[in-house]
Amino acid sequence: MPMDFSLFPRDLYAELERLQRQMQQSFELSPSIRGLARGAYPALNVAATPQSAEVYAFAPGLDPKSIEVQIERGVLSISGERAESLPREDERASVHVNERFAGRFHRVITLTDDLDPGEVRATYRDGVLHVSIARQKAAQPRRVPVN
Amino acid sequence: MTQSKTGREPASQAAEQPALLPPVDVIEDAEGITVYADLPGVPKERLDVHIDGEVLVIEGEMGLEMPQEMEATHVEVSLPRFRRVFTLSRELDPERMSAELKQGVLKVRIHKAEHAKPRRIQVNG
Repeated sequence: MPMDFSLFPRDLYAELERLQRQMQQSFELSPSIRGLARGAYPALNVAATPQSAEVYAFAPGLDPKSIEVQIERGVLSISGERAESLPREDERASVHVNERFAGRFHRVITLTDDLDPGEVRATYRDGVLHVSIARQKAAQPRRVPVN
Repeated sequence: MTQSKTGREPASQAAEQPALLPPVDVIEDAEGITVYADLPGVPKERLDVHIDGEVLVIEGEMGLEMPQEMEATHVEVSLPRFRRVFTLSRELDPERMSAELKQGVLKVRIHKAEHAKPRRIQVNG
């Protein structure tokens, strides 16, 4: 990663932002038309194996029954609602820091054509929703016997 | 979950490893302070909440089961570790702290010392 050296260092925060952008770009080779949504809830990691696509949604603090996972026209969507943990206004409490997400959320991921929307498993554990989508049998690598 | 230093590795060693900063809510009422922290993927066994002097330390490591031969294609959570540190003020009583972890959300409650609780002062005149 190239660094700028200068006698007059730029604003530290601007520098951090620049580094963060570079990191993002190196991670995301093909940014989606739906945007980067960094900092969105839930954060998503997606990985591929020869047999499946694995989606991890980092969605702490949900009731598993309230999470909606849908696949429609090659798009996986994850939605739901997270309850507010802050006190109501009439309570005698003060909020010093409020960084956690609350309210409705909805995130989508475009799936590749070789995935089978009929072969999906979803589990929620320790605040992480894991969706595993199998590849279509024809798209999986297989060994061809030689006679 | 522990309230003392019984993490999987010594805190000094863990402190050197890069970690994500979990988002938190901090709420204060007359009785004490409540901290909520988002620690998705962290199981109880890998959570360490302790008070070190006047500092509250929250550390957790994710315990996700990943299939082999996996290649990341999109990454928003880039490290498997969380850490966040808060300096406590003197009126809080470190002996009276409780912590619970539920579906990746940690709730820490620290009570105020008896002498520090608000009391109404009589206005004479």
